[in-house]
Amino acid sequence: MLYQPWPWYISGPLIALIMALLILMGKRFGMSSNLETFCSIGGAGKFSDYFKIDIKSKRWNLLVVLGSIIGGFLGAHWLSPNPAVDISPKTIIKLQELGFDSAGKTYLPTELFSLESLSDPKVWVILLIAGFLVGFGTRYAGGCTSGHAISGLSNLQRPSLIAVVGFFIGGLIMVHLLFPLIFGS
Amino acid sequence: MKNLAYILIGTFLGIVLYKSEAASWFRIYEMFRFDSFHMYGIIGSALAVGIVLVFWIKKSKVKSFSGEPISITDKEKSFTRYIVGGTLFGLGWALAGACPGPIYILVGAGHWPIIIVLIGAILGAFTYGVLRNKLPH
Repeated sequence: MLYQPWPWYISGPLIALIMALLILMGKRFGMSSNLETFCSIGGAGKFSDYFKIDIKSKRWNLLVVLGSIIGGFLGAHWLSPNPAVDISPKTIIKLQELGFDSAGKTYLPTELFSLESLSDPKVWVILLIAGFLVGFGTRYAGGCTSGHAISGLSNLQRPSLIAVVGFFIGGLIMVHLLFPLIFGS
Repeated sequence: MKNLAYILIGTFLGIVLYKSEAASWFRIYEMFRFDSFHMYGIIGSALAVGIVLVFWIKKSKVKSFSGEPISITDKEKSFTRYIVGGTLFGLGWALAGACPGPIYILVGAGHWPIIIVLIGAILGAFTYGVLRNKLPH
């Protein structure tokens, strides 16, 4: 059981529990503010007052990041003898049309996330732009999936609902309109 | 002691997101194609439980573990920043197949190219910080 993929009705409530634990520790569940903390540590305060923060007050969240790296290691190396993700057959067919032959066989598409894939400069550009949009977008919106979709919506915040609608507008445009242009041959 | 608690919470989060496959690029793609209930189940059940827990925390006026009162502040009211920022985030989320939590988790899992996504995300956050006074909020 532990070694199989965990079902949604176990995973979802556990995520809510993590959020509640952090609230009870006097903190808030939000992973993307760490990106700002990294900027501050790197000296970004010289370029914008926005990054002039008390890094010490953000230390707890960096420890959560450290933990999640450890968790990723344990999940991948100790708890998952078979990393293949059992996605829907319809999705697999669609991905094969886009050139993702690893669909249904691996945890991440090897076409983007293997060391061999990095010999193609296009992959570097895709990953860098994808990351940039994540980082820029989440700080502009003031939160990501954890801060808005989980924490904000749990607190019935209208701004978080607007942000989540935005997440889906962006995601749907990317997958349905842009993927055929980016990955289609 | 407290430091250890944060690390353990993060570790637990990492295992849950990895094992639920919410950290898999394939699951994000599948979600945006509406081909499976899986991701909607995760977010939906997290929300259902989360709403109850937050309601209870506010209603019971329970103190934090260290004995301080808990106040959950409302998000700042606005439309533009949430819809524009959210849409840009969504474009990146679908392309990278990972939001910030899973990015760290996938580093731990050893999918090294995700580090390029992480560098891009830090550059994106930096660019926002520099441009923020010129952007509509």
